[in-house]
Amino acid sequence: MKRLSVLLAALFAAAGLHAGEVQVAVAANFTAPMQQIVTEFEKDTGHVVKLSFGATGKFYAQIANGAPFEVFLAADDTTPAKLEREGLAVAGSRFTYAVGTLVLWSSKPNFIDAKAEVLKSGQFNKLSIANPKTAPYGAAAVETLKKLNLLEAVQAKFVQGENISQTLQFVSTGNADLGFVALSQVFQDGRITSGSAWIVPADMHEPIFQDALILKRGENKPAASALHAYLKSDKVRAIIRRFGYGSR
Amino acid sequence: MLTETDLQAIWLTVRLAALTTFILFFIGTPIAWWLARTRSWWKGPCGAVVALPLVLPPSVLGFYLLLAMGPNGPVGQLTQSLGLGTLPFTFWGLVVASVFYSLPFMVQPLQNAFEAIGERPLEVAATLRASPFDTFFSVVLPLAKPGFFTAGILSFAHTVGEFGVVLMIGGNIPGVTRVASVQIYDHVEAMEYADAHRLSAVMLAFSFAVLLSMYLRRNQPRKEA
Repeated sequence: MKRLSVLLAALFAAAGLHAGEVQVAVAANFTAPMQQIVTEFEKDTGHVVKLSFGATGKFYAQIANGAPFEVFLAADDTTPAKLEREGLAVAGSRFTYAVGTLVLWSSKPNFIDAKAEVLKSGQFNKLSIANPKTAPYGAAAVETLKKLNLLEAVQAKFVQGENISQTLQFVSTGNADLGFVALSQVFQDGRITSGSAWIVPADMHEPIFQDALILKRGENKPAASALHAYLKSDKVRAIIRRFGYGSR
Repeated sequence: MLTETDLQAIWLTVRLAALTTFILFFIGTPIAWWLARTRSWWKGPCGAVVALPLVLPPSVLGFYLLLAMGPNGPVGQLTQSLGLGTLPFTFWGLVVASVFYSLPFMVQPLQNAFEAIGERPLEVAATLRASPFDTFFSVVLPLAKPGFFTAGILSFAHTVGEFGVVLMIGGNIPGVTRVASVQIYDHVEAMEYADAHRLSAVMLAFSFAVLLSMYLRRNQPRKEA
Protein backbone atom coordinates (compact mmCIF):
# COMPACT_ATOMS: atom_id res chain seq x y z
CA MET A 1 0.00 0.00 0.00
CA LYS A 2 2.75 2.36 0.98
CA ARG A 3 4.65 1.46 -2.13
CA LEU A 4 1.62 2.21 -4.25
CA SER A 5 1.12 5.64 -2.74
CA VAL A 6 4.76 6.46 -3.33
CA LEU A 7 4.41 5.37 -6.91
CA LEU A 8 1.28 7.47 -7.35
CA ALA A 9 2.94 10.46 -5.76
CA ALA A 10 5.87 10.06 -8.10
CA LEU A 11 3.55 9.84 -11.11
CA PHE A 12 1.69 12.99 -10.12
CA ALA A 13 4.91 14.80 -9.41
CA ALA A 14 6.21 13.81 -12.83
CA ALA A 15 3.03 15.08 -14.46
CA GLY A 16 3.38 18.33 -12.55
CA LEU A 17 6.96 18.79 -13.64
CA HIS A 18 5.96 18.01 -17.14
CA ALA A 19 4.03 21.26 -17.13
CA GLY A 20 1.51 20.66 -19.83
CA GLU A 21 0.30 19.63 -23.17
CA VAL A 22 -0.98 21.86 -25.91
CA GLN A 23 -3.12 20.86 -28.88
CA VAL A 24 -2.36 22.83 -32.00
CA ALA A 25 -4.10 23.09 -35.36
CA VAL A 26 -1.65 24.01 -38.11
CA ALA A 27 -2.27 25.01 -41.72
CA ALA A 28 -0.90 22.30 -44.00
CA ASN A 29 1.60 24.62 -45.73
CA PHE A 30 3.37 25.16 -42.40
CA THR A 31 3.87 21.45 -41.68
CA ALA A 32 7.64 21.22 -42.17
CA PRO A 33 8.68 24.36 -40.24
CA MET A 34 6.20 23.60 -37.45
CA GLN A 35 7.68 20.16 -36.87
CA GLN A 36 11.10 21.72 -36.46
CA ILE A 37 9.78 24.50 -34.23
CA VAL A 38 7.98 22.04 -31.98
CA THR A 39 11.07 19.88 -31.54
CA GLU A 40 12.93 22.96 -30.31
CA PHE A 41 10.00 24.11 -28.19
CA GLU A 42 9.65 20.78 -26.41
CA LYS A 43 13.38 20.70 -25.75
CA ASP A 44 13.42 24.27 -24.40
CA THR A 45 10.27 24.20 -22.27
CA GLY A 46 9.37 20.59 -21.46
CA HIS A 47 5.84 21.12 -22.70
CA VAL A 48 4.36 18.52 -25.00
CA VAL A 49 2.74 19.57 -28.28
CA LYS A 50 0.09 17.63 -30.19
CA LEU A 51 -0.07 18.74 -33.81
CA SER A 52 -2.88 18.43 -36.35
CA PHE A 53 -2.31 19.52 -39.93
CA GLY A 54 -5.05 20.41 -42.39
CA ALA A 55 -6.97 22.98 -44.34
CA THR A 56 -7.75 26.25 -42.60
CA GLY A 57 -11.44 26.20 -43.57
CA LYS A 58 -11.85 22.72 -42.16
CA PHE A 59 -10.19 23.72 -38.91
CA TYR A 60 -12.56 26.68 -38.67
CA ALA A 61 -15.58 24.36 -38.91
CA GLN A 62 -14.08 22.01 -36.34
CA ILE A 63 -13.18 24.79 -33.90
CA ALA A 64 -16.64 26.37 -34.23
CA ASN A 65 -18.04 22.95 -33.34
CA GLY A 66 -16.00 22.36 -30.24
CA ALA A 67 -12.72 20.84 -31.45
CA PRO A 68 -10.21 20.71 -28.58
CA PHE A 69 -7.51 22.88 -30.21
CA GLU A 70 -5.83 25.47 -28.04
CA VAL A 71 -3.61 27.28 -30.52
CA PHE A 72 -4.30 27.79 -34.21
CA LEU A 73 -1.80 28.64 -36.94
CA ALA A 74 -3.91 29.50 -39.98
CA ALA A 75 -2.97 29.90 -43.61
CA ASP A 76 -4.66 33.29 -43.83
CA ASP A 77 -5.62 36.26 -41.69
CA THR A 78 -9.37 36.30 -42.32
CA THR A 79 -10.18 33.01 -40.57
CA PRO A 80 -8.39 33.95 -37.32
CA ALA A 81 -10.06 37.38 -37.44
CA LYS A 82 -13.42 35.66 -37.78
CA LEU A 83 -12.69 33.37 -34.84
CA GLU A 84 -11.70 36.37 -32.76
CA ARG A 85 -14.87 38.25 -33.73
CA GLU A 86 -17.03 35.29 -32.86
CA GLY A 87 -15.49 34.97 -29.41
CA LEU A 88 -13.88 31.60 -30.16
CA ALA A 89 -10.38 32.91 -29.55
CA VAL A 90 -8.56 34.90 -26.91
CA ALA A 91 -8.93 38.57 -27.87
CA GLY A 92 -5.67 40.31 -28.66
CA SER A 93 -3.64 37.14 -29.17
CA ARG A 94 -3.74 37.33 -32.97
CA PHE A 95 -0.48 38.10 -34.82
CA THR A 96 1.09 37.38 -38.21
CA TYR A 97 3.64 34.61 -37.75
CA ALA A 98 4.58 34.23 -41.42
CA VAL A 99 3.99 35.73 -44.84
CA GLY A 100 3.50 33.00 -47.40
CA THR A 101 5.35 32.76 -50.70
CA LEU A 102 3.69 31.15 -53.69
CA VAL A 103 5.72 29.02 -56.09
CA LEU A 104 5.01 27.28 -59.37
CA TRP A 105 6.65 23.90 -59.01
CA SER A 106 7.27 20.79 -61.11
CA SER A 107 8.87 17.55 -59.98
CA LYS A 108 10.78 17.47 -63.29
CA PRO A 109 14.12 19.29 -63.48
CA ASN A 110 14.28 22.10 -66.06
CA PHE A 111 10.54 21.87 -66.74
CA ILE A 112 9.90 25.40 -65.49
CA ASP A 113 12.00 28.26 -66.87
CA ALA A 114 12.96 31.45 -65.05
CA LYS A 115 10.06 33.41 -66.56
CA ALA A 116 7.47 30.64 -66.32
CA GLU A 117 6.99 30.67 -70.11
CA VAL A 118 5.78 27.09 -69.75
CA LEU A 119 2.45 28.46 -68.49
CA LYS A 120 2.03 30.45 -71.71
CA SER A 121 3.17 27.63 -73.96
CA GLY A 122 0.49 25.30 -72.57
CA GLN A 123 2.99 22.41 -72.77
CA PHE A 124 1.77 20.61 -69.65
CA ASN A 125 -0.97 18.12 -68.86
CA LYS A 126 -2.44 19.47 -65.62
CA LEU A 127 -1.99 22.42 -63.33
CA SER A 128 -2.58 21.58 -59.69
CA ILE A 129 -3.87 24.34 -57.42
CA ALA A 130 -5.38 24.41 -53.96
CA ASN A 131 -9.11 25.05 -53.86
CA PRO A 132 -9.23 28.85 -54.40
CA LYS A 133 -12.50 29.10 -52.53
CA THR A 134 -11.00 27.81 -49.31
CA ALA A 135 -7.20 27.93 -49.53
CA PRO A 136 -5.29 31.24 -49.58
CA TYR A 137 -2.55 29.75 -51.75
CA GLY A 138 -5.21 28.68 -54.25
CA ALA A 139 -6.71 32.15 -54.31
CA ALA A 140 -3.25 33.67 -54.79
CA ALA A 141 -2.59 31.28 -57.66
CA VAL A 142 -5.78 32.33 -59.43
CA GLU A 143 -4.91 35.99 -58.86
CA THR A 144 -1.46 35.44 -60.34
CA LEU A 145 -2.88 33.73 -63.41
CA LYS A 146 -5.35 36.59 -63.85
CA LYS A 147 -2.51 39.08 -63.73
CA LEU A 148 -0.65 37.06 -66.37
CA ASN A 149 -3.83 37.03 -68.49
CA LEU A 150 -3.63 33.25 -68.53
CA LEU A 151 -6.53 32.28 -66.28
CA GLU A 152 -8.95 31.45 -69.08
CA ALA A 153 -6.32 29.63 -71.11
CA VAL A 154 -5.22 27.28 -68.32
CA GLN A 155 -8.43 26.91 -66.32
CA ALA A 156 -9.39 23.77 -68.22
CA LYS A 157 -6.21 22.13 -66.93
CA PHE A 158 -6.89 22.83 -63.27
CA VAL A 159 -6.94 20.00 -60.78
CA GLN A 160 -7.76 20.99 -57.24
CA GLY A 161 -6.15 19.72 -54.07
CA GLU A 162 -8.28 19.59 -50.98
CA ASN A 163 -5.50 21.44 -49.18
CA ILE A 164 -1.99 22.54 -50.08
CA SER A 165 -0.45 19.16 -49.14
CA GLN A 166 -2.64 17.28 -51.58
CA THR A 167 -1.98 19.98 -54.20
CA LEU A 168 1.72 19.22 -53.88
CA GLN A 169 1.13 15.48 -53.80
CA PHE A 170 -0.63 15.60 -57.20
CA VAL A 171 2.55 17.14 -58.63
CA SER A 172 5.11 15.07 -56.74
CA THR A 173 3.46 11.80 -57.83
CA GLY A 174 3.79 13.04 -61.41
CA ASN A 175 0.05 13.10 -62.02
CA ALA A 176 0.17 16.84 -62.70
CA ASP A 177 3.12 18.45 -64.49
CA LEU A 178 2.75 21.74 -62.67
CA GLY A 179 1.33 23.07 -59.45
CA PHE A 180 1.06 26.26 -57.43
CA VAL A 181 2.16 25.36 -53.92
CA ALA A 182 3.68 27.02 -50.88
CA LEU A 183 7.40 27.69 -51.22
CA SER A 184 7.99 26.14 -47.79
CA GLN A 185 6.92 22.76 -49.16
CA VAL A 186 9.72 22.54 -51.73
CA PHE A 187 12.33 24.80 -50.21
CA GLN A 188 14.98 24.42 -47.60
CA ASP A 189 18.02 26.47 -46.59
CA GLY A 190 17.73 28.92 -49.40
CA ARG A 191 17.07 26.66 -52.36
CA ILE A 192 14.50 24.49 -54.11
CA THR A 193 14.98 20.92 -52.89
CA SER A 194 14.14 19.13 -56.16
CA GLY A 195 12.52 19.58 -59.56
CA SER A 196 12.16 23.06 -61.02
CA ALA A 197 10.30 26.12 -59.88
CA TRP A 198 9.29 29.70 -60.48
CA ILE A 199 8.99 31.72 -57.28
CA VAL A 200 6.02 34.00 -57.87
CA PRO A 201 6.97 37.65 -57.29
CA ALA A 202 5.16 39.12 -54.31
CA ASP A 203 3.49 41.82 -56.43
CA MET A 204 1.50 39.25 -58.43
CA HIS A 205 -1.07 38.73 -55.69
CA GLU A 206 -2.32 40.07 -52.37
CA PRO A 207 0.14 39.12 -49.62
CA ILE A 208 -0.61 35.84 -47.84
CA PHE A 209 -0.58 36.89 -44.20
CA GLN A 210 -0.69 33.81 -41.99
CA ASP A 211 -2.05 34.57 -38.55
CA ALA A 212 -1.85 32.58 -35.34
CA LEU A 213 -3.85 32.97 -32.15
CA ILE A 214 -4.81 31.33 -28.88
CA LEU A 215 -8.25 29.73 -28.95
CA LYS A 216 -10.77 29.85 -26.10
CA ARG A 217 -9.77 26.36 -25.01
CA GLY A 218 -6.20 27.51 -24.57
CA GLU A 219 -7.07 30.47 -22.37
CA ASN A 220 -5.04 30.48 -19.14
CA LYS A 221 -3.15 27.34 -20.20
CA PRO A 222 0.57 27.83 -19.54
CA ALA A 223 1.62 25.53 -22.39
CA ALA A 224 -0.56 27.42 -24.89
CA SER A 225 0.72 30.86 -23.93
CA ALA A 226 4.29 29.54 -23.85
CA LEU A 227 3.99 28.30 -27.44
CA HIS A 228 2.30 31.54 -28.47
CA ALA A 229 5.21 33.54 -27.10
CA TYR A 230 7.76 31.11 -28.50
CA LEU A 231 6.41 31.63 -32.02
CA LYS A 232 7.44 35.29 -31.78
CA SER A 233 11.01 34.54 -30.66
CA ASP A 234 14.03 35.24 -32.85
CA LYS A 235 14.91 31.57 -32.90
CA VAL A 236 11.57 30.66 -34.46
CA ARG A 237 11.60 33.59 -36.86
CA ALA A 238 14.93 32.34 -38.18
CA ILE A 239 13.49 28.86 -38.76
CA ILE A 240 10.45 30.34 -40.51
CA ARG A 241 12.67 32.42 -42.81
CA ARG A 242 14.77 29.39 -43.67
CA PHE A 243 11.66 27.77 -45.15
CA GLY A 244 11.13 30.68 -47.49
CA TYR A 245 8.50 32.65 -45.63
CA GLY A 246 8.62 36.40 -45.31
CA SER A 247 7.88 38.31 -42.14
CA ARG A 248 5.73 41.32 -41.53
CA MET B 1 -32.84 25.91 -53.97
CA LEU B 2 -29.94 23.87 -55.31
CA THR B 3 -27.40 25.84 -57.29
CA GLU B 4 -26.37 24.98 -60.81
CA THR B 5 -23.08 23.49 -59.61
CA ASP B 6 -25.00 21.35 -57.12
CA LEU B 7 -27.19 20.00 -59.92
CA GLN B 8 -24.09 19.41 -62.01
CA ALA B 9 -22.55 17.45 -59.13
CA ILE B 10 -25.71 15.38 -58.67
CA TRP B 11 -25.95 14.59 -62.37
CA LEU B 12 -22.29 13.59 -62.42
CA THR B 13 -22.82 11.35 -59.40
CA VAL B 14 -25.80 9.64 -61.03
CA ARG B 15 -23.85 9.09 -64.25
CA LEU B 16 -20.88 7.66 -62.34
CA ALA B 17 -23.04 5.34 -60.24
CA ALA B 18 -25.11 4.13 -63.21
CA LEU B 19 -22.08 3.44 -65.37
CA THR B 20 -20.23 1.71 -62.53
CA THR B 21 -23.22 -0.52 -61.80
CA PHE B 22 -23.62 -1.36 -65.48
CA ILE B 23 -19.96 -2.39 -65.78
CA LEU B 24 -20.12 -4.28 -62.50
CA PHE B 25 -22.96 -6.46 -63.77
CA PHE B 26 -20.59 -7.78 -66.43
CA ILE B 27 -17.57 -8.14 -64.17
CA GLY B 28 -19.35 -9.21 -61.01
CA THR B 29 -21.62 -11.89 -62.47
CA PRO B 30 -18.90 -14.29 -63.69
CA ILE B 31 -16.89 -13.77 -60.49
CA ALA B 32 -19.93 -14.43 -58.32
CA TRP B 33 -20.86 -17.48 -60.40
CA TRP B 34 -17.38 -18.92 -60.12
CA LEU B 35 -17.23 -18.23 -56.36
CA ALA B 36 -20.63 -19.86 -55.90
CA ARG B 37 -19.80 -23.00 -57.89
CA THR B 38 -16.10 -23.67 -57.46
CA ARG B 39 -14.59 -26.18 -55.08
CA SER B 40 -11.14 -24.90 -55.80
CA TRP B 41 -8.76 -23.93 -52.99
CA TRP B 42 -8.64 -20.50 -54.60
CA LYS B 43 -12.19 -19.75 -53.56
CA GLY B 44 -11.02 -18.47 -50.15
CA PRO B 45 -8.28 -16.11 -51.35
CA CYS B 46 -10.42 -14.84 -54.25
CA GLY B 47 -13.39 -14.21 -51.97
CA ALA B 48 -11.12 -12.32 -49.59
CA VAL B 49 -9.74 -10.15 -52.39
CA VAL B 50 -13.24 -9.29 -53.59
CA ALA B 51 -14.25 -8.33 -50.04
CA LEU B 52 -11.16 -6.17 -49.41
CA PRO B 53 -12.83 -2.83 -50.26
CA LEU B 54 -15.29 -3.51 -47.43
CA VAL B 55 -12.57 -3.23 -44.82
CA LEU B 56 -9.80 -1.21 -46.50
CA PRO B 57 -9.77 2.50 -45.70
CA PRO B 58 -10.65 4.41 -48.90
CA SER B 59 -7.38 6.26 -48.42
CA VAL B 60 -5.46 3.03 -48.99
CA LEU B 61 -7.39 2.28 -52.15
CA GLY B 62 -7.06 5.89 -53.31
CA PHE B 63 -3.33 5.91 -52.60
CA TYR B 64 -2.64 2.71 -54.54
CA LEU B 65 -4.87 3.78 -57.42
CA LEU B 66 -3.21 7.19 -57.63
CA LEU B 67 0.23 5.60 -57.86
CA ALA B 68 -0.85 2.75 -60.17
CA MET B 69 -2.78 4.99 -62.56
CA GLY B 70 -0.22 7.81 -62.47
CA PRO B 71 2.29 8.33 -65.29
CA ASN B 72 4.89 6.08 -63.60
CA GLY B 73 2.51 3.35 -62.44
CA PRO B 74 1.78 0.10 -64.31
CA VAL B 75 -1.79 1.07 -65.21
CA GLY B 76 -0.66 4.56 -66.18
CA GLN B 77 2.05 3.13 -68.45
CA LEU B 78 -0.51 0.89 -70.10
CA THR B 79 -3.11 3.63 -70.67
CA GLN B 80 -0.42 5.94 -71.98
CA SER B 81 0.90 3.36 -74.42
CA LEU B 82 -2.69 2.91 -75.65
CA GLY B 83 -2.82 6.66 -76.24
CA LEU B 84 -5.44 7.20 -73.55
CA GLY B 85 -3.36 9.43 -71.30
CA THR B 86 -3.55 8.86 -67.56
CA LEU B 87 -6.67 8.18 -65.52
CA PRO B 88 -6.41 10.32 -62.37
CA PHE B 89 -8.48 13.52 -62.55
CA THR B 90 -10.73 12.05 -65.25
CA PHE B 91 -14.28 10.76 -65.17
CA TRP B 92 -13.10 7.35 -66.39
CA GLY B 93 -10.54 7.26 -63.62
CA LEU B 94 -13.40 7.57 -61.16
CA VAL B 95 -15.30 4.83 -62.97
CA VAL B 96 -12.34 2.44 -62.67
CA ALA B 97 -11.89 3.31 -59.00
CA SER B 98 -15.60 2.89 -58.29
CA VAL B 99 -15.65 -0.52 -59.95
CA PHE B 100 -13.00 -1.69 -57.48
CA TYR B 101 -14.61 0.12 -54.60
CA SER B 102 -18.12 -1.28 -55.15
CA LEU B 103 -17.13 -4.76 -56.35
CA PRO B 104 -18.11 -6.61 -53.15
CA PHE B 105 -21.52 -4.95 -53.20
CA MET B 106 -22.15 -6.53 -56.59
CA VAL B 107 -20.45 -9.90 -56.08
CA GLN B 108 -21.65 -10.89 -52.62
CA PRO B 109 -25.45 -10.58 -53.15
CA LEU B 110 -25.07 -12.38 -56.50
CA GLN B 111 -22.96 -15.12 -54.97
CA ASN B 112 -25.58 -15.63 -52.25
CA ALA B 113 -28.33 -15.76 -54.85
CA PHE B 114 -26.43 -18.29 -56.99
CA GLU B 115 -25.62 -20.46 -53.98
CA ALA B 116 -29.28 -20.41 -52.91
CA ILE B 117 -30.34 -21.94 -56.23
CA GLY B 118 -28.50 -25.15 -55.39
CA GLU B 119 -27.54 -28.08 -57.63
CA ARG B 120 -30.98 -29.41 -58.38
CA PRO B 121 -32.31 -26.95 -61.03
CA LEU B 122 -28.96 -27.16 -62.85
CA GLU B 123 -29.02 -30.94 -62.92
CA VAL B 124 -32.59 -30.92 -64.21
CA ALA B 125 -31.61 -28.50 -66.92
CA ALA B 126 -28.65 -30.70 -67.83
CA THR B 127 -30.86 -33.80 -68.15
CA LEU B 128 -33.01 -31.75 -70.54
CA ARG B 129 -29.84 -31.26 -72.58
CA ALA B 130 -29.60 -27.57 -71.96
CA SER B 131 -26.12 -26.23 -72.63
CA PRO B 132 -24.38 -24.49 -69.68
CA PHE B 133 -25.03 -21.16 -71.40
CA ASP B 134 -28.66 -21.97 -71.94
CA THR B 135 -28.97 -23.11 -68.32
CA PHE B 136 -27.44 -19.89 -67.08
CA PHE B 137 -29.72 -17.64 -69.10
CA SER B 138 -33.01 -19.53 -68.81
CA VAL B 139 -32.69 -21.09 -65.34
CA VAL B 140 -30.13 -19.25 -63.22
CA LEU B 141 -30.89 -15.68 -64.27
CA PRO B 142 -34.65 -15.81 -63.58
CA LEU B 143 -34.10 -17.61 -60.27
CA ALA B 144 -31.42 -15.13 -59.17
CA LYS B 145 -33.41 -12.05 -60.20
CA PRO B 146 -33.88 -10.74 -56.63
CA GLY B 147 -30.12 -11.11 -56.13
CA PHE B 148 -29.43 -9.02 -59.23
CA PHE B 149 -31.86 -6.40 -58.00
CA THR B 150 -30.19 -6.17 -54.60
CA ALA B 151 -26.69 -6.20 -56.10
CA GLY B 152 -27.57 -3.44 -58.55
CA ILE B 153 -29.16 -1.23 -55.92
CA LEU B 154 -26.32 -1.69 -53.45
CA SER B 155 -23.60 -1.06 -56.04
CA PHE B 156 -25.36 2.07 -57.25
CA ALA B 157 -25.99 3.40 -53.76
CA HIS B 158 -22.50 2.60 -52.54
CA THR B 159 -20.95 4.42 -55.50
CA VAL B 160 -23.15 7.45 -54.79
CA GLY B 161 -21.82 7.37 -51.24
CA GLU B 162 -18.19 7.23 -52.33
CA PHE B 163 -15.99 10.03 -50.99
CA GLY B 164 -12.48 9.19 -49.87
CA VAL B 165 -11.30 7.56 -53.08
CA VAL B 166 -12.76 10.34 -55.22
CA LEU B 167 -11.11 12.95 -53.04
CA MET B 168 -7.75 11.27 -53.51
CA ILE B 169 -7.76 10.71 -57.26
CA GLY B 170 -10.39 13.16 -58.52
CA GLY B 171 -8.77 16.56 -58.24
CA ASN B 172 -12.16 18.18 -57.60
CA ILE B 173 -12.88 19.28 -61.19
CA PRO B 174 -16.40 20.68 -61.72
CA GLY B 175 -18.44 18.50 -64.06
CA VAL B 176 -15.68 15.89 -64.32
CA THR B 177 -14.80 14.60 -60.87
CA ARG B 178 -16.64 16.84 -58.40
CA VAL B 179 -19.36 14.45 -57.27
CA ALA B 180 -22.08 15.32 -54.77
CA SER B 181 -20.19 14.10 -51.69
CA VAL B 182 -17.14 16.20 -52.60
CA GLN B 183 -19.36 19.20 -53.38
CA ILE B 184 -20.81 18.96 -49.85
CA TYR B 185 -17.31 18.77 -48.39
CA ASP B 186 -16.42 21.88 -50.42
CA HIS B 187 -19.46 23.75 -49.13
CA VAL B 188 -18.57 22.90 -45.55
CA GLU B 189 -14.94 23.96 -46.00
CA ALA B 190 -16.03 27.25 -47.56
CA MET B 191 -18.38 27.74 -44.60
CA GLU B 192 -21.38 27.71 -46.94
CA TYR B 193 -23.44 25.77 -44.45
CA ALA B 194 -26.84 26.56 -46.03
CA ASP B 195 -25.72 25.02 -49.33
CA ALA B 196 -24.20 22.06 -47.50
CA HIS B 197 -27.50 21.49 -45.71
CA ARG B 198 -29.56 21.51 -48.90
CA LEU B 199 -27.38 19.07 -50.78
CA SER B 200 -26.94 16.85 -47.72
CA ALA B 201 -30.71 16.66 -47.34
CA VAL B 202 -31.02 15.55 -50.95
CA MET B 203 -28.42 12.82 -50.37
CA LEU B 204 -30.15 11.69 -47.20
CA ALA B 205 -33.56 11.49 -48.86
CA PHE B 206 -32.08 9.66 -51.85
CA SER B 207 -30.21 7.09 -49.76
CA PHE B 208 -33.28 6.40 -47.64
CA ALA B 209 -35.51 6.00 -50.70
CA VAL B 210 -33.07 3.59 -52.32
CA LEU B 211 -32.79 1.38 -49.27
CA LEU B 212 -36.53 1.55 -48.64
CA SER B 213 -37.27 0.38 -52.18
CA MET B 214 -34.95 -2.56 -51.63
CA TYR B 215 -36.40 -3.60 -48.30
CA LEU B 216 -39.99 -3.20 -49.50
CA ARG B 217 -39.27 -5.37 -52.48
CA ARG B 218 -37.43 -7.92 -50.42
CA ASN B 219 -40.44 -8.31 -48.14
CA GLN B 220 -42.95 -8.67 -50.97
CA PRO B 221 -42.58 -12.32 -52.04
CA ARG B 222 -42.97 -13.46 -48.46
CA LYS B 223 -46.35 -11.77 -48.27
CA GLU B 224 -47.45 -13.49 -51.47
CA ALA B 225 -46.36 -16.90 -50.25
